[in-house]
Amino acid sequence: MLELLRQPWPWYVAGPLIGLVVPFVFWYGSRKWGVSQSLQHLCAATLPRKIEYFRYDWRKDGSWNLAMVGGVVVGGFVGGRILSSPDDVVAISEATRTDLTRLGVTDFSGMVSSDLFSFEELLTPTGFVLIVVGGFLVGFGARYANGCTSGHAISGLATLQPSSLLAVMGFFAGGLVSVHFLLPLLF
Amino acid sequence: MSELPKQAERPEPLAVYFVLGIVLGIIFIKSEVASWFRIQEMFRFQAVHMYGVIGGAVGVGALGVALLKRLGVRTIRGEPIAFPDATERRPGIRHAAGGTIFGLGWGLLGACPGPIYALAGSGLAVMLVALLAAVAGAWVYGLLRPSLPH
Repeated sequence: MLELLRQPWPWYVAGPLIGLVVPFVFWYGSRKWGVSQSLQHLCAATLPRKIEYFRYDWRKDGSWNLAMVGGVVVGGFVGGRILSSPDDVVAISEATRTDLTRLGVTDFSGMVSSDLFSFEELLTPTGFVLIVVGGFLVGFGARYANGCTSGHAISGLATLQPSSLLAVMGFFAGGLVSVHFLLPLLF
Repeated sequence: MSELPKQAERPEPLAVYFVLGIVLGIIFIKSEVASWFRIQEMFRFQAVHMYGVIGGAVGVGALGVALLKRLGVRTIRGEPIAFPDATERRPGIRHAAGGTIFGLGWGLLGACPGPIYALAGSGLAVMLVALLAAVAGAWVYGLLRPSLPH
């Protein structure tokens, strides 16, 4: 059993499992599943200043969400360290591998390439843009759009919200620009 | 002004949400949706994997929500479930603009918020910097919010 769990999980197992979370949190606490609201709660808890967006009772509205993302950190440890795959290479398609090799990626082991994601790379223009600018845009955009992949692409589409469909179209528009136009400029 | 879902009256047992988070963190890593390589593959349309995960989640989620509605299920405390209201459903500039900005970041970082937490937990300490940057992004959004079109 443990050996089976340590293999990469196929999409037809992972996708439905993630999908179950949406009805579960509605049923359990009338909560709409979304991860990026935790970023708002973290701001509200640490540095609300006089900003209206952060002036609310984050303990009451956000404790459930902060407890969940705390769990995700622990789950990341379990998944990445205890249940780590025997073969540490993500089985991406040959075409992707070829494209990334052409860009200059050489290390294909792990969840992310060590060519790009490390503290040394953070000090290079490419690493800084990927990690810091990328992270900033993810946080800014998710709160501006009022949801990220979980809140819009999954919860939002599962509840048939037109606003979420528009947001997901935006996710793809932005992602395509980054991958096809910005990344080639960065290498 | 808070746009968060209506909260329950009594304090919630947070342990359940914590355990739910652990399960999600394991799934994010083991299904490789937390992998920068998989996000690159998705935005290049070179494999079904990411579309399968998201599509499978939406399908099962939609089925579950439809059942909750059809059967008139109430929460575990016997309260009616607050599904997204008309304001939340209406598309606006914020969804197009915010969504595009989010996508630009997703294509670069290769991780959306859930996987950022999971990767940090898996021992990839540099993702703590990405998390801090994402919190900074949320903070700047809060600051600029009054002057942004929604």
